[in-house]
Amino acid sequence: MGGKKFDAPYAFALAAVNPRSGAFRYTLLIMYTLVLYLLAGWSGFFVMGIELLGGRLLAPYFGSSIYVWGAIITVFMLALSLGYLAGGRYSMHRPSLRRLALIVLLAAVTALPVLLTGDALLDKLAARVPDPRFGSLSAALALFFVPTLISGISTFGSAAGTLLTSFYFVLWFELNQILWGMLAVSGLVALSACLVRPRALP
Amino acid sequence: MSRAALATLALLHAVAAPAAGTLIHSEHSQYREVLVYEDAGTRCLCFTHECAIGRQSCIELAYPDHMVFEYTRLMLGALFLVPDPHQILVIGLGGGTLPRALQQLLPDAHIDVVEIDPAVVRVATQYFGFKSSLKLSVSTEDGRAYVRRLLREGTRQYDLIMLDAYEREYIPEHLLTREFLRQVAALLRPGGVVAANTWSSSRLYPNESVTYHAVFGDFYNLKSGNRIILATSGALPSLDQIRRNSERFSEAFTPYGFTPQLLLPLFSTQMDWDPAARVLTDQYSPANLLNAGH
Repeated sequence: MGGKKFDAPYAFALAAVNPRSGAFRYTLLIMYTLVLYLLAGWSGFFVMGIELLGGRLLAPYFGSSIYVWGAIITVFMLALSLGYLAGGRYSMHRPSLRRLALIVLLAAVTALPVLLTGDALLDKLAARVPDPRFGSLSAALALFFVPTLISGISTFGSAAGTLLTSFYFVLWFELNQILWGMLAVSGLVALSACLVRPRALP
Repeated sequence: MSRAALATLALLHAVAAPAAGTLIHSEHSQYREVLVYEDAGTRCLCFTHECAIGRQSCIELAYPDHMVFEYTRLMLGALFLVPDPHQILVIGLGGGTLPRALQQLLPDAHIDVVEIDPAVVRVATQYFGFKSSLKLSVSTEDGRAYVRRLLREGTRQYDLIMLDAYEREYIPEHLLTREFLRQVAALLRPGGVVAANTWSSSRLYPNESVTYHAVFGDFYNLKSGNRIILATSGALPSLDQIRRNSERFSEAFTPYGFTPQLLLPLFSTQMDWDPAARVLTDQYSPANLLNAGH
């Protein structure tokens, strides 16, 4: 291998880690943008993954009739539209990567009750509201409204979340494993965003 | 492509998609299109145009009791395990062939039918001679929601539960999990029987088998094109007992076009599946993906 071929990238790599160089700032900007897309993409993935798993979680209690899917889609659409609205307003003053990361993290935390009390709550709800329409609507509201609204503040990338969850994840893992995995990725993505320091930007 | 191959293809096509006949009724439901075709004195209920993905139920107009599909005859084999059921639950109505036969065979029995699609109930009533009565009631709701509701109310148990809700192109996944089968078992009286209609050729066969085995232990497996699982909440009756019970029906099955003797050789408890297959649960139920051959 000749050394010359690698001179230019090597020089760039050196410059990239030198905080005083312009290349360093440039690298940061690229990373910042990448993390921004990563956060937004993951947020969309998260929403659609939870929506599809939501249908499965509700099925043992309310069945999988069209009412149940109707209720879930209604709640997600409502939460997303409010989330987009809030996100649009929120982004008007001092948007930052860290805030976005915080939103992703918050959405994951508010989805925790699905894992921790989901079954108990669904059991109680199914006993109190046996009608599949209003039962599943109240169940979807209770479990999914808040995390979806928060996710809606950030979003895109939903197609991958939909496809991967419904075609592959449910084949490879158990529902709760997928949910824990998604919460963990939310944490990681948010953390990585906090590590990129926007302060160093021009 | 050679001419022979083309001819073979044409023949295969002819076998795979027989002419469905004349469309005599169609209606849109919340779930699908419900279609009724008629051809040479046979009337069929289909969920796809020209019955492209199979027929749900058929009757011969001249002999409406005669069972066109073999699986419905095999399902009646459940009566050899529990010959005198008083309370029967049928999940999935279709054209109503099974509830109709059960009502005729067991005039004292009380039969509950659960069907998710109200349009199917309408069509079965208008075109397939199904009729609800004091002893034959129909609920239009999801099968699992119904079972859960009954368990909560705790007022009714069954001697026989028939699961006829699985289609070849779509399996309701929440009706094929260990948790659901446990709920079904809890709805059975001691010694009660569950009869499930599925497919012997499906890729889901091992998963389905271990799931039933996890809940009911050994069961009878009747295989031809379809696969009928006959399981019980108590001890499985011996083949001798089954033979003796079948004698009660030696004449009774004649109007449906068969005799108990035709069913007896099919009863098998052989575990012809991989016992290491993964049990289907509410947490893990990709039945349709497995069936599609992933």
